[in-house]
Amino acid sequence: MNLDFSPEDVAFRDEVRAFIAENYPAGLREKQEEGEEMAKEDFLSWHRVLAKKGWVAPAWPEKYGGPGWTSVQRYIWSEETARADCVPILPFGINMVGPVIYTFATPEQKERFLPPTLSGDIWWAQGYSEPGAGSDLASLKTKAERFTGDDGKEYYLVNGQKTWTTLAQHGDWIFCLVRTDPTAKIQEGISFLLIDMKSPGVTVRPIITLGGEHEVNEVWLENVKVPVENRIYDENKGWTCAKFLLAHERSGIAGVARSKRGIERIRQIAQTELGDDGQPLLSDPDFKRKVADLEIDLTALEYTELRTLAGEAAGKGPGPESSVLKIKGTEIQQRITELVLEAAGHYGAPYFRGFPKDGDNAHPIGPDFAHRAAPTYFNVRKTSIYGGSNEIQRNIIAKMVLGL
Amino acid sequence: MDFNFTEEQSMVRDTVASFLQDKYDFETRRKIVASESGWRADYWKAFAEELGILGASFSEELGGLGGGAIDNMIIMEEFGKALVIEPYLGTVVIGGGFMKHSGYAGAASVIEGIVAGATTIAFAYAEPQGRYTWQDLKTTAKKDGSGYVLNGHKAVVVGAPFASHLVVTARTGGAQRDTGGVSVFLVDKSLPGIVTRDYPTVDGGRASEVYFENVSIPADALIGEEGGGLPLVNKVLDEATAAVGAEAVGVLRKLHEGTLDYAKQRKQFGTAISNFQVLQHRMVDMFIELEQAVSMTYMATIKLSESDAERAKAVSAAKVRIGRACKFVGQNAIQIHGGMGMTDELAIGHYFKRASIIEGLFGSVDHHLKRYESLSFGPASGKAA
Ligand SMILES: Cc1cc2nc3c(=O)[nH]c(=O)nc-3n(C[C@H](O)[C@H](O)[C@H](O)COP(=O)(O)OP(=O)(O)OC[C@H]3O[C@@H](n4cnc5c(N)ncnc54)[C@H](O)[C@@H]3O)c2cc1C
Ligand SMILES: Cc1cc2nc3c(=O)[nH]c(=O)nc-3n(C[C@H](O)[C@H](O)[C@H](O)COP(=O)(O)OP(=O)(O)OC[C@H]3O[C@@H](n4cnc5c(N)ncnc54)[C@H](O)[C@@H]3O)c2cc1C
Repeated sequence: MNLDFSPEDVAFRDEVRAFIAENYPAGLREKQEEGEEMAKEDFLSWHRVLAKKGWVAPAWPEKYGGPGWTSVQRYIWSEETARADCVPILPFGINMVGPVIYTFATPEQKERFLPPTLSGDIWWAQGYSEPGAGSDLASLKTKAERFTGDDGKEYYLVNGQKTWTTLAQHGDWIFCLVRTDPTAKIQEGISFLLIDMKSPGVTVRPIITLGGEHEVNEVWLENVKVPVENRIYDENKGWTCAKFLLAHERSGIAGVARSKRGIERIRQIAQTELGDDGQPLLSDPDFKRKVADLEIDLTALEYTELRTLAGEAAGKGPGPESSVLKIKGTEIQQRITELVLEAAGHYGAPYFRGFPKDGDNAHPIGPDFAHRAAPTYFNVRKTSIYGGSNEIQRNIIAKMVLGL
Repeated sequence: MDFNFTEEQSMVRDTVASFLQDKYDFETRRKIVASESGWRADYWKAFAEELGILGASFSEELGGLGGGAIDNMIIMEEFGKALVIEPYLGTVVIGGGFMKHSGYAGAASVIEGIVAGATTIAFAYAEPQGRYTWQDLKTTAKKDGSGYVLNGHKAVVVGAPFASHLVVTARTGGAQRDTGGVSVFLVDKSLPGIVTRDYPTVDGGRASEVYFENVSIPADALIGEEGGGLPLVNKVLDEATAAVGAEAVGVLRKLHEGTLDYAKQRKQFGTAISNFQVLQHRMVDMFIELEQAVSMTYMATIKLSESDAERAKAVSAAKVRIGRACKFVGQNAIQIHGGMGMTDELAIGHYFKRASIIEGLFGSVDHHLKRYESLSFGPASGKAA
């Protein structure tokens, strides 16, 4: 066992650091610091910089456009981007549908979809969940019926409703699970379909969440005509792709590096915010204890993740153990937001979204970090719900790992 | 032992409950929150005239209906169930509390104004640097002729945009964190030199930053003893904390009830999710937290009239349990609702937001645990006081 970085790894880390310092878009950094919401262009600008460098998809095999990094290098990469507060690369294309495509798709499909996924020319949305199919994903009802078009080509006619679709308001394409055989056992009649969101019959409607954000949507599919060539893998075998994708979704979800940065931020905040005794919060024994506890839990998670990474390096794909990372990772993310809100004290209550920004009110009140403290606390409740709720993850561990 | 309510108290509850049921459903509340003014002045009038509840907690000598803290508890719990925005806490519980306990010469006329719905009060006590240490004050009131001149900045004064008057804590002597030298004033909000910046709060209310810039106030603005106001502030804030605990109980009841209903009707894996044992146990634990919060609210409310030390200990004990209940019940209500819990559309999220703010209001769990510890075991240093 050896957890030290080799001299090559150290050199790689320095290279990464220098690259971020030189190339991370300055305007984005300011927005991040102001705690502003990111627009579509904001996400894409950093994505494009990385795509050009060949670094946007650290986990992809080299032959499909990955950088060919070792798992240690990938770990260093996520540490460094989190350290520098870089906007995350959206997972839907790079971490989710991309791996499904290079693993299951035909050569033509790979050629058609992988390059624009890397370059950021396709903004992907994940069309899994439906109103009646959340945790019980396999019970999805969106129908895809095959027919021959006037042009003599084969199509699916898709009807149904997807929901909770993150950032679909910007979407170019959506990858959907659809039911192609209503008579089969529920997992066996599902196909994995790529749908152009500009197709007639696709409607996106916003859902506003607790913190006031427009982050999720309903996506309605009404008589949408989808060429059969947009199906990935065999008809009725989509569940295989779906499960493969979910395991990848989970492994990215631990967010260790970002949580480290989050704790560092709490330490900074607690050095200037005053506690009840008029001393910095960080000298308050209760607050300090909570930060320490969190750091220890994060360390445990970090080493668990490193063990998983080592396993992957030895050729093991992400398995049900990734549920451990999902559960602990999201719980830690939530506790971080709780502590930030606690640190904000009275100034956790003011709410400025959509508030007139003119005149006197343009000048913010209270400490800067406090403005987003409560909305973020509310928003981050989602992490134990999405990506397979933490209850479902526990069920998975019970069944798949413990054999219960 | 009697945990039953008197006939009058039950009547107060029924009156409030039926008014809110008719006029304060969730959609109406949403409109109130989004409106320009952020509250319903006509409802406030109705509380005064139609329901008569603004006087319920004042003694008859003071022009009220003869009730007390229990009435506040009952009303606040009902307000919690409907997520009422209107400033009962600031006006009746806090403003009225200062009038009751200070021997203030003008108390009867102020209470008359409160009971009639004409006077609305917000409590300007917190400062940006002070956290939950109420005597940490940079705001000053300097003697000037027969009156005082106020200068300072008060943070997140809840309900200030609706208030005709502010109760303000300020230093008339001593250093920034001294327990002595704290005075309390009743200030007309329209006085020159009072500058407010109004804004919404995450839980749907309104608040202000209040700046006093050489505000001249008359001598009779002083409530209680000059420089000796801290015990009074502590007493009133304890009453406010107990009242907000009762509000929390209302909020938690709705969170729990809403979650049970949702779990019974939401089907996944071919069955209602209420059939999953892990969720059943969670809902049982939520129920336990709720019941404990109810008990502690009763306990604290009953003990408000005890000695300062007894009262403070009881209130802090209650706030610790209530704060924890707010977090546990609130977070799990969202979790069990799954994606639906994250939406602005369902009421459940709004109850969660109010619960989250109550958790830190008038002192966090840690603050009240420390206060309880020091009341119970003496100061942390171990030195005899
Ligand atoms: C902010 C956000 C973004 C999302 N983004 C996307 C997206 O981009 N694309 C997409 O397809 N989906 C997305 N989702 C959907 C997400 O995956 C689902 O919300 C999630 O799977 C839970 O489903 P549900 O909301 O229907 O909850 P339900 O399945 O109704 O669950 C309700 C509660 O019951 C519990 N429960 C359910 N079954 C069991 C069981 N067997 N045992 C124990 N407990 C159980 C759950 O854990 C939860 O607490 C998003 C969700 C959110 C909140
Ligand atoms: C100190 C002590 C004193 C006791 N006194 C008495 C007494 O006075 N009178 C009397 O009648 N009995 C008494 N008991 C017995 C006690 O009631 C049983 O031990 C208890 O009901 C658990 O049953 P079990 O030991 O058979 O465990 P099991 O029922 O085999 O349970 C083992 C574990 O599985 C869990 N479990 C079981 N079923 C479920 C389920 N459906 N869902 C979730 N988890 C489940 C249990 O919680 C436990 O963790 C006593 C036990 C102890 C240890």
